[in-house]
Amino acid sequence: MNTVAIEAIEIVKSLGEGAGQVLVLKGVSVSLAGGELTLLMRPSGSGKTTLLSVLGCILSPTAGVVRIGGRTTTGVPPEELAKVRQQHIGFIFQSFHLFPTLTAEENVRLTLDMRGERTLAALAKAQQALTTVGLAHKLNSFPQDLSGGEQQRVAIARAIVGDPSVILADEPTAALDRENGLAIMGVLANIAKDPARAVFAVTHDPRIELFADRILSIEDGRLVGDQPRSGRLS
Amino acid sequence: MYTFGLMLNNDRHSKESVTLTFQSKRIASMHDTLGQRSNRMGRRTMAAIPLRLVLASRNLFHDRIRFVATTVGVVFSVILVTVQLGLYVSCQRMITAMIDRAQADLWIVPMNARSFEDNGMLEGQERFQALATPGVTDAIPLLAGFSAWRRPDGGTTAVIIVGISNDRPGLRPWNFVAGSLDDLTIPDGVIIDRSYFKRLGITGSGQHAEISNQRVRVVALTDLIRSFTTAPFVFTTLERARHFLGVDSNSSTYYLVQVSPSADLYRVRASLGGNLSDAEVLTPKEFHDRSLVQWFYSTGAGAALIAGAILGIIVGTVIVAQTLYSSAKDHLNEFATMRAMGSSAFYIHQVILCQAFLSAVIGFFIAAILAWIIVQATATAAVPVIMTPILTLSLFILTVAMCALSAVAAIIKVTRIDPVLVFNR
Repeated sequence: MNTVAIEAIEIVKSLGEGAGQVLVLKGVSVSLAGGELTLLMRPSGSGKTTLLSVLGCILSPTAGVVRIGGRTTTGVPPEELAKVRQQHIGFIFQSFHLFPTLTAEENVRLTLDMRGERTLAALAKAQQALTTVGLAHKLNSFPQDLSGGEQQRVAIARAIVGDPSVILADEPTAALDRENGLAIMGVLANIAKDPARAVFAVTHDPRIELFADRILSIEDGRLVGDQPRSGRLS
Repeated sequence: MYTFGLMLNNDRHSKESVTLTFQSKRIASMHDTLGQRSNRMGRRTMAAIPLRLVLASRNLFHDRIRFVATTVGVVFSVILVTVQLGLYVSCQRMITAMIDRAQADLWIVPMNARSFEDNGMLEGQERFQALATPGVTDAIPLLAGFSAWRRPDGGTTAVIIVGISNDRPGLRPWNFVAGSLDDLTIPDGVIIDRSYFKRLGITGSGQHAEISNQRVRVVALTDLIRSFTTAPFVFTTLERARHFLGVDSNSSTYYLVQVSPSADLYRVRASLGGNLSDAEVLTPKEFHDRSLVQWFYSTGAGAALIAGAILGIIVGTVIVAQTLYSSAKDHLNEFATMRAMGSSAFYIHQVILCQAFLSAVIGFFIAAILAWIIVQATATAAVPVIMTPILTLSLFILTVAMCALSAVAAIIKVTRIDPVLVFNR
């Protein structure tokens, strides 16, 4: 069995205060292994994005433990958590969140620049990441000159360039048409072939189930399903 | 990938050296190599420029209207501060020029003399008391006082007569543009500054006028020896000055004391000061500072100039702060994305500070050109705006500091970003 890249144990997360407080996650436990593409499905409002934020060390759980690479993140100060995200996690967002004033190559290289990697090797890594997602010919294009699918590919390249152990994707196909959505999932499925890397995608798009190794279902803040799939597409 | 490219290149070279292919092929290969080399240099340059600087500059230039507003704010502020401080330096030089130019180890001045132009008078025994003090090698009289200059075409204007001992060290006019100090030996000779031609009704050397109803002849001209009181300086011999001012032949306004290099200046000063009753002994620095205090702070002139400069800094800081803050707000989503990606807060602060620094450099560069034009345009004015290398450097540092200070509000704003924002947009 592949090593566990990230593990969440009995996660409880409440949002808001006082009378407006809502319990969004009610004791969720999940562990993601390298070489797996896991989908978290169900409609909006079930706590998917909150779980993604907790797994990505963006939100701290109200109770429970998150372990990344064997290290517990409970009680870690915000600057240290940022470092954990930088070193272990790659994010892919629904609306891409590319930097409009940077080229595709610069958008990808920014991840490395934040880590202090500012050499020719960093440039080569960024170009390699874009080649991996099929955008070797768009290195110098700005986001506004790219299609939605291409922008999401740049976002994927940005997520993988730092060689993280976990890729967390928030509705990666929601802003794309069917063809582009399937292509993007194909790229993610390929990335998930690496036994040292777990890919976790939150989605409510049933068309992409075919790409998953495992499908989790969440409802009302609780995991209600955990089904392995065999013979995924890639 | 990059290493692979290099290997291919080396491989091609080794093949060439062995097989001696056609010349044209070699030239083509050289072209390729040069192209790759320049491409590599370009890549190196790309990698060498910190991306936070690239991001900062692109964010800055992206919204052109805001960029223009920021630049105008910085330029306006720097020009205002430059003019105020340039005038301050100019006035400072005018106030202390005579003191700074005089060769004196100590000044004997009338008791409570507040500046060079103060009209006190020493009776003459001070000189002998000074010469009797151990360590003093000379005490050179210097006379200064207001008088009336009658223009050749009629009308009078106030002037400051400066009577000098032209055969001894002490105070001498400088920046001669016509004639020399020796021309004071010509009967009735006086030296004036050409920037006061209009005021004195003179158009050149050799012309006549009157001081205290006595005929004088302009025998030499200087350039840019100006008076803060606006009354022009008129240099002449000590004897003639005494005559113009109507004082007796022993009277003097100051004595410029020369102290032997082997003597202890402060001991000489203490000894000399103890012997004088109606006079004080000051070092040049003390007299310099006292004059500045008198003209700048007792009259409020300096306070007005400094207040103007502070106002300029405040206006510039507010304008730059406002634009940086609104820029940070516009790019909040990007900063939240960076934070989610694991950027340190310091990295994001650097992006904003780079924006502030670029605004400072661009604004300062434009302002420096405009300031240079102002300096040239006022060079012959009554109170010219003066720029010195130290003042220019100080202004640059001040501009950078002002812009850095302006970034504080934006930095506070982005420091409070919750990276979870990226999932909500």
